[in-house]
Amino acid sequence: MQSLVIVAHGSHLNPESSAPTYDHADTIRATGAFDEVRTGFWKEEPHFREVLRTVEGDEVYVVPLFISEGYFTEQVIPRELRLAGWDVSEWDSDGLSADQATLVAEDIDKEVHYCGPVGTHRAMTDVIVRRAESVTNDADVGDGFGLAVVGHGTERNENSAKAIEYHADRIAERDRFDEVKPLYMDEDPEVDDLPEHFESDDVVLVPLFIADGYHTQEDIPEDVGLCEDHTEGYDVPETVDGTRIWYAGAVGTEPLMADVVLERADDAGADLGTALDDVRETTRVATGD
Amino acid sequence: MSDPTSAEADAADDGSEDAGSEPDAPEIDLPSEAFDAVLDALADREPGEPVRFEGFSVARGADEDDEDAPVEDAPGEYVLADGDRPVGLSERELHEALSERAAAVTDWYTFERVVGEFGPRRAFLRWIEDADGDTVATRYAALAEGIERAWGELKITATVTDRGERRYDVRHADDAGVPVDDLDAYDDPLNARDLVTFDEQGRYRPLKTAPSLAGGWVFPDLGPRDLYEAVETIYPATVANWHREREGELDVTHWRETMERQAGIYGVVKTWDRGEGYEHVNWVAEACCDDSQCLKRREWQYDDETDLDVDGGDGAFPCREPCSVVVSAARKWTRLESEQPRTYEFDLTPSEKEQVEDIIDAVADGRTDEIREADTKEGANRYRARFLRAKLFDDEGNLGGVPTESAEE
Repeated sequence: MQSLVIVAHGSHLNPESSAPTYDHADTIRATGAFDEVRTGFWKEEPHFREVLRTVEGDEVYVVPLFISEGYFTEQVIPRELRLAGWDVSEWDSDGLSADQATLVAEDIDKEVHYCGPVGTHRAMTDVIVRRAESVTNDADVGDGFGLAVVGHGTERNENSAKAIEYHADRIAERDRFDEVKPLYMDEDPEVDDLPEHFESDDVVLVPLFIADGYHTQEDIPEDVGLCEDHTEGYDVPETVDGTRIWYAGAVGTEPLMADVVLERADDAGADLGTALDDVRETTRVATGD
Repeated sequence: MSDPTSAEADAADDGSEDAGSEPDAPEIDLPSEAFDAVLDALADREPGEPVRFEGFSVARGADEDDEDAPVEDAPGEYVLADGDRPVGLSERELHEALSERAAAVTDWYTFERVVGEFGPRRAFLRWIEDADGDTVATRYAALAEGIERAWGELKITATVTDRGERRYDVRHADDAGVPVDDLDAYDDPLNARDLVTFDEQGRYRPLKTAPSLAGGWVFPDLGPRDLYEAVETIYPATVANWHREREGELDVTHWRETMERQAGIYGVVKTWDRGEGYEHVNWVAEACCDDSQCLKRREWQYDDETDLDVDGGDGAFPCREPCSVVVSAARKWTRLESEQPRTYEFDLTPSEKEQVEDIIDAVADGRTDEIREADTKEGANRYRARFLRAKLFDDEGNLGGVPTESAEE
C-alpha cells in the first residue's frame, strides 16, 4: 500500500496558508496513484509530529511543500517526523539537488522516503510558466512579455535565491519571454524597482511562494506599487511607471503544482501509473477561445 | 420528536423476554459480497483451517475431491462447526447456513473486509458499537435503534442496514435531533475541511480541537471508512492517539522535552525554564489547555517527574505534547516574562478596579460578544470600557497618565 504525505507550513492566523496543500492533495487523490494522500503541517493539524501515525501504507513518500532547501526541509521536518539518523548529507545537495532519503521514521518504526522540496524540482519551472499563462489567460504568453520571478532573497536562507535563479535561468533558456529576471524582496535586484529592470511593456510577476499570505498579498503588491495599501486591492494588469504588471500571486496556488509533488514521489520510486500525464492534462489552462 | 425505531425496539424487547437476556437482532439478508468474501477467505486457507465467526466457524473440507460432482453440490466442500459436531456442506448448503447466521457473517465482513486492519480505524469503529464487549445479537439490536457516541463536539450515531452494513450519522452535538433536511448535508468526508476552518462567527480556527466547531451540517449516511476519515479530518490524529493510549503505547512528550527540542525563532522558549519551578507552565496550561479552550485531555506534564497542578481535562482523546499553538504562545510569554515587575501608581475607585478585573475575565472567557450593548451593569460593557478609557487614559493612551517607561529610560 502506497501513501503520499504532503507536509507544509500552515498558519495559526491565515486559512489561505494550507489551502494549496489541500488542493494539490485532492488533485493527486483523484488520480488514484496513491492508496492514501495525507497532509501534515508545522502550524496546523495533524502536526508533523503526528501525521505519520495517521498513515496506513507501507510505502510512504513524504513531500515537503516548501520552496527551497533550508531550515524547514533540513532541520524541522526531519526532526519532527523523527527520521532516525537524518543528516543533511543524506541529500548530498548543492542547495538545489536534494532528491530523497530513505530513513526509518521512529514514530511508526517504518521506512519513509523523505523527498526534496517541490520548489527546487526542475518541473517547478513549468509551474512558473503555467502561472504566467493562468494570470494572463493566454496559453501562449511570452512574446512581448517580460517575466519576473520573485522570492525572498538571501536574508534568511541563501538557497532561497538559488531556487529563484535556477528557474529564471531555465525559463530564459527557452526564449519564450522577451526577458526573464529574478527579483528579490530583501536584496538587489529588488522587486520594488521592477519597471527599471524590464524594457517590456508587459511583465508577469510570479512570486515563488507556496501560499498566499502576508508576503504575496500585502508586502509585494505594496512594494511594487500595485497599490498604496493592500486593502485597496489592485487590477491585473496594473500599470506602474508605464509598465503593465500582471501580478500572479503565489505560484504554489497553481494547480500544476500537484505535478511537482508527484514528480518528487516519482523520483523517490513511487509507482504512479499515468498520474503524471493525468495531472498535466487536468490542470491545463483553457485556451480561452 | 417521534422516534421511528421505537416500535421496532419495543418489538425487540417483547421478543427477548422469553429467550432470556439476549435481545433479538434485526433480520439480516446476507449480501452476496459478504458470502463471496467468505468463499475467498476460505480459498486462501488450507483445508481445515477455519474462518471464525461469532459462535461458529467454517473451513474447507479435507475430504477427497469428488472431481465429477459440480463444486457447488460437493457435499463435503465445506465444514461448519458451531459447538455441536461439525457438519459437511456443499456451497449451496453453506450459503443457506450462512444466511441463517447472516448477522455474524456480516459482522465478520464489516470488520475484516470493509474496515480492515489499520489499528486506529479498526479500534475506533469497534469501540463505537462495543464490538469487543457485546455479542453480535446485542450490538445489532442496539444498532437497529441507533448507537450514539460523542467525540469532541461530534455526535456519531451508528446504525445497521438490513444487509448488515454499518451507516453513520455525524453532526455537531448541538444539532442532535435536528432533521437532516434542516442541516447542510455532505457525503464526502473531505468536505469536513471546510466545516472546521471557521467558527460560527467566521473566525479562523487555528486549533482543530478547540471547542468552537460550528454546527448546522451533517454527514447523514457514511460508511465505516468514511466515518473514520470524517473524524480524522475534523479532529486530526485524535483517533490515532486515543488508540495508542488504549494500547498502553501513548508516547507523551512533556513540556521540558518539547521546549528543549525547539530551534530557530522558537529556540528561546527553553530559556523560560530557569530551574525555579514550573508555575509558569501551570499558567500556560490553565490559559491554553483547559477544557474550555481545547477538547484534548492534557497528558503531558512539566517533566517525567513533575506533574502540573492544573486539571488536564476530561476529553475522550489525549494530548501527548504541547501543541504548536502552545509553543508559539510560549515564545511570546518567554519574552514578556523576562521583564522585571515594577511599581506603578494609579488611583482607581473600587468599582474601577473591579471593572478592570471584569474586562480581563470577559476577554479570557471569550464573553465580550455576549455582553449586551446597553448592559452597563457589566464591567466589560463597551460603553463602560469607553468611559473608563475617556476618564483614565491620557492622550498617549497611558493608564492614569502614568508612562509605561519611566522618564530616565
